[in-house]
Amino acid sequence: MTGTMAIVGFGLSTIGPGVATGLVFAAYINGIARQPEARGLLQPIAFLGFALAEALALIGLVLAFVLK
Amino acid sequence: MLTETLLSGEFEPPSAADFQFAPIFGDSILFSKPVFLVALSVILIASFFIISARKAAVVPSRLQFAGEGVYSFVRNSIGQDVIGPEFMRFVPFLFTLFTFVLCNNLFGIIPFLQFPSMSRIGFPIALAIFTYVVYHYVGIKHHGLKKYVKDICFMPGVPKWIYIILTPVEFATYFIVRPATLSLRLFANMFAGHLLLLVFTMGGEHLLASTILMKILSIFSFGFAIGLTFFEFGIECLQAYIFTLLTALYIAGALADEH
Repeated sequence: MTGTMAIVGFGLSTIGPGVATGLVFAAYINGIARQPEARGLLQPIAFLGFALAEALALIGLVLAFVLK
Repeated sequence: MLTETLLSGEFEPPSAADFQFAPIFGDSILFSKPVFLVALSVILIASFFIISARKAAVVPSRLQFAGEGVYSFVRNSIGQDVIGPEFMRFVPFLFTLFTFVLCNNLFGIIPFLQFPSMSRIGFPIALAIFTYVVYHYVGIKHHGLKKYVKDICFMPGVPKWIYIILTPVEFATYFIVRPATLSLRLFANMFAGHLLLLVFTMGGEHLLASTILMKILSIFSFGFAIGLTFFEFGIECLQAYIFTLLTALYIAGALADEH
């Protein structure tokens, strides 16, 4: 089996952001379920949390390409 | 092996080399495609908003409505809701950031251009430096240099022994990590998105040049590329919004009086 350690490293680095994204949107869905009027208030916070969590996964992807 | 009989030749996957462009004329990197795209974005944004604000009527035309919609989105939901009472003096900066990042990101899916200029790391770094200078300057002007640095390094309201671990973390966050992640987030999103589109498009082309079975499979590859284009549109708008929102949050944090 051939490949590079960089790809393995990237794969491992997506565990954390994957869990984090699930947690963020689970909280968002819960908040809307409890109070549907809060949807507009919670939406920016949900997207902000998602982007912050995804940043780390994407840094891992970029490094997998740059540091072959 | 099976792949050698079905496919024609070795597939060359897209890599970081696909993001480098030779200069169009002259020798300097200043005359390559990403720089021309950035210049084009400036012209487009300026002309769009100048034309939409000309002959401003109380009952707006469609173009004026669109221009005012973008402006009021940045001014209200990013400026006013995040920064608070003093938001008006930051609205030009936030509005410029938002429209500049959005226009350059959208170049990634517009046909014939099809390159997000923010996927060259220099441009996000430059924007993050702007943000860095602005939020530190605002904090220093509001609090005074000594109090500002002291509040960052020695956050009031925590027990003294926590300062051993809190001060390096806080210092690194405010002075190193924030501009780094701000630029890296935008760059990595645009890099990864463009790379994904390249994989499915070039893979589809490679399949199309092979045997008949692969030609049928290439339809799925191109279909996926189309789907990813729509997804990429959403990501591009989201990244412009996130960059501007985080800038506003950092400015609001620098202005905050609770410390």
